[in-house]
Formats: sequence, structure tokens, C-alpha cells
Amino acid sequence: MKSVELINITKKYISKKSITVAVDNASFSVNDREIFGLIGPDGAGKTTIFRILTTLILPDDGTAKIYNLDVVKDWKEIRKILGYMPGQFSLYQDLTVEENLSFFATVFNTTIKENYELVEDIYKQLEPFKNRRAGKLSGGMKQKLALCCALIHKPKILFLDEPTTGVDPVSRKEFWEILKRLKDQGISIVVSTPYMDEATLCDRIALVQTGKILEIETPENIIRKFQKSLFSVRSDKMYALLNDLRSFQKTETCFAFGDSHHVVVEAALDNNELKKYLESIGHTNVIVESIKPSIEDYFMQLTGA
Amino acid sequence: MENKIVIKTDKLTKSFGKFTAVNRITLDVSRGEIFGFLGANGAGKTTAMKMLIGILKPTSGSATIAGFDIYKQTEQIKKNIGYMSQKFSLYQDLTIKENIQLFGGIYGLSDEEINESGNELIEKLNLRNEADKLVESLPLGWKQKLAFSLAILHKPQIVFLDEPTSGVDPITRRQFWDMIYEAANNGITLFVTTHYMDEAEYCNRVCILVDGEIKALNSPAGLKETYKAESMNDVFVMLARSAKRSD
Repeated sequence: MKSVELINITKKYISKKSITVAVDNASFSVNDREIFGLIGPDGAGKTTIFRILTTLILPDDGTAKIYNLDVVKDWKEIRKILGYMPGQFSLYQDLTVEENLSFFATVFNTTIKENYELVEDIYKQLEPFKNRRAGKLSGGMKQKLALCCALIHKPKILFLDEPTTGVDPVSRKEFWEILKRLKDQGISIVVSTPYMDEATLCDRIALVQTGKILEIETPENIIRKFQKSLFSVRSDKMYALLNDLRSFQKTETCFAFGDSHHVVVEAALDNNELKKYLESIGHTNVIVESIKPSIEDYFMQLTGA
Repeated sequence: MENKIVIKTDKLTKSFGKFTAVNRITLDVSRGEIFGFLGANGAGKTTAMKMLIGILKPTSGSATIAGFDIYKQTEQIKKNIGYMSQKFSLYQDLTIKENIQLFGGIYGLSDEEINESGNELIEKLNLRNEADKLVESLPLGWKQKLAFSLAILHKPQIVFLDEPTSGVDPITRRQFWDMIYEAANNGITLFVTTHYMDEAEYCNRVCILVDGEIKALNSPAGLKETYKAESMNDVFVMLARSAKRSD
């Protein structure tokens, strides 16, 4: 069974001055026990999709189902089987850690004790602070508490809207390890992220921009779709190099990429030629390597043209 | 002017009761340098930054920012620095032009200067058609580019950027860094925090804070060599994993 089916969903926001098409005829489905990633920039429509799937807003057009339940008609049933962690911290700031968790358990007619094993791993890290008010927790802790609250009624499916934005690399890594374990315990997960490296941790991803689904694929297959020749280039003067590469006639795109620049060039150009050209205009210690693209390369190619 | 030190701290410390948030940090940052200030959530970055921009008094140690003392000359410091963060950057319910006027005014520019640099900025960011729109209507990436431009409107010596690109899409993130490079080329010093480790690679030097202390300070290449790591991400994970303090 599919855990999520989104069929031709459209959602517009209308104000006096303008109409914004937040989601434009979007379709995708998510398999049971899958980690499905919505990858795209701010304003792509990710949050609107989440809010439709979690029955918080109605679509203008199209249908959506969660485990075969309709988001419009069966919202009451759906809310019992889904857990939602919104992008903005939405717990009660003036309740303590323990009070928040117990509140959410009560709302769903359960107790912390009953489903403790599902949240145990995460909650153990919070326990030393269980009497602290949620508003006084740091970013990483708030995230963990929000996840516990979304899990406490043992949902079949979790919706996580940018759970790792603003979180440091170590905590991000830990967070994804938690997601992996939840998946192994039988929970389907739909997650959005602006970090492209996290896309590779999903089973399948949808690339989203300005309300449209651009691609739905496994991370490995997405990378295979990158057909152009890609070089990683370095020299002693990286900023000058960036500008020189961009003004080079045979360059299609060039972006800084950590300790090197990634350059897409005309197919006919090989790395020796590029190296010679850069040396001829005064660059020293030039290194040009042909490299495999990452999801970020592909995304920028797709959206940047 | 070469290698002029614009940020200098000596055993700078901040304690809250028994808790030492920032523990004896000593560092120098030169003019025109892009200095990355990294650390896990809760490592003490924000506390350190608050002291450096003159809004939080240290417990002990000393520091000068643009030549001014962080205990006694906080007002002069504020005139010589720019600041932007992911959390606070612009007034959402003012238009782009109004934000420019407000920031220019706060930093003490004359109406003439505000007009001139304001127009320059609008041209450069290609915001002519949006100039009279409310900031809230702009996409996040544009907001952040505008916020950075406003933070350097008064031509400060140093700009502090606190997670300026958090949540911004990959292309806009790079455009943002193009602006950072350009500012550095013009002699502005940039003090940046980020959770994107590819961005750490763009810095001239990087300092990694663990439990309030400086655990490493070097160029990205130097750090990778020292820790025999392939990327800054590996270096960061290696050092930050040793943290005892959970955030």
C-alpha cells in the first residue's frame, strides 16, 4: 500500500494584489516504510504540500490520500495516524519538556509510558532537562522534543518540515540516524530539507521548485541524469579563478563548491585544455579534475539555467 | 594597511553563574579576511559574537574590535561594524526603500548618502521593480542578499554574519558568497558562522569552538591536513563529537 498519494494537487493563495500558485498540479506517491524527501528552496511549496497532507489546509484542486484515507473527507482518521513536525517550533514554550510530551500523549488518548519505547532513544537525551521550559531549550533540543511529541501517539507516518535547518552537522547526522531507526520500526517518513547532502539519505526524493515537482527518483538515479562534463578546478587564487572561469567562453556554469569550483563546460573541452587556458591567463598550481556530480550539482543545473 | 588586525581577543571569557559559556578564547582576525566561526549548537558561538559586537559584557579577558575596547567603547564598536543574522535581518512590514532609509539613518548616514548608496544597492541587486514592495513579499534568498547589503551600507570595517544562509537554496547561497568575497576584496573583514561545511571551505581561516573553547584554528587546508580529513565536514565531526556539553 502507498502511504501517501498526491494526485494533481493545486493550491493558490489569493490576496488583494496578487495570486500565488504555491503548489501547481503536483503529483507523487510515497511507499509504505519509505523515507521520502522533498528537496527544494524556500518558496518551492514544500510547506504547503505538508499542510495539505496533514489536513491543515484544503487544496483548491486534486486529491490526496494518506494510507487510502482522503485528506478532505477523512481528516479525523488521518490525524490519528500521522505525526507532524512543522518547520517553526510549535510546542508550548511555557510548559516544561515533560509537560509538553505528556500533553501531546493525552490529546491522543495515550500516555508517555504506553509508547515510551518509540521515543526512548531520543527522550533519554532530553531527560536531564525534563523540568526545563521548552522555550528555554536550545535549537537542537527543541527539535528533539518536537520529534518526541510527533511520535508519542505511535503514528504510521511522520511529516517533518525542514527538521534540520539551522542544526549543526553533528546533530544533523544524529537526527538522520534517528530517522533511519524509525523507518526500521515501520514508520513512513516524508521529510523536507534545504541541505542537498541529506537528499542522499532518503530512499527517494522529489525535487521541487516554484510549486512544481521537477523530478521524482532515487538519489542514485538522479545523479545519473546529469549528462554534462563536470570539472572540479582549483588554483592559488580561488576568487580570481571563479571570475575567470565564469567569463571563459566555453564555460556553461561555474559555482564555488567548497574547496574547489565546479564547472560545466562544452562537451568538447577536456581537462588539459582547460588547465592550459587557466595557466595562460596567469593562474598557478592549477588542478582540473573530471568529477562525478552530486545532487547539488544536478539541482543547480536544473534550476539555475 | 596590509595585515592590520581588526579583531583581537585575549582569553575572552563569559560565565553565567557556574556555567562557562565561552572559555578563554584568543584570536586575531586581519583586515579583509573571511573568518569562519564554527561550532555545534550550544558551543558558545552566539555568546562570543554578542561580546564581540558590544552587546554583552565579558566576565574576563580582553578584546578590541576595530581598535575599540569591548568593555568601554561599545558605542564606537557599533558604528564600525555591520551585523546580520538568519533570525533578524530586516523589517518585514517596511518596504525595501524604507528599510534602506531606516538602516542608513541608524548608522548615521546623511540623507544624501542614503539616497546615493541606496540607489546603488537597488541597481546592483536588481530590485528596481520591488523597491516599493514590502520586504515580507521577497523570497528568503533575496531578503538575505538585501540584508547583507544593508549591513555594509555604512562601509563598516567588520561585518558579523550569524548563519546568514541557513535555509537558503544552493544557487542563492553561492550568490551570497560571491557578495562576501567581493566585500572581502574591498577590505571589509567578515566574521561568519555557518552550519554548511562547504561554506567553511570558502573562509581564509576557520576556528572551531567546542564546549566554549577553541579546539582548532587554521586555514581549511591546514585543518584537513592536521586531522587527515578529506573535507571540513569530517574535521568538524571529528572535533565536535568530542564535546561533553550537550546543547
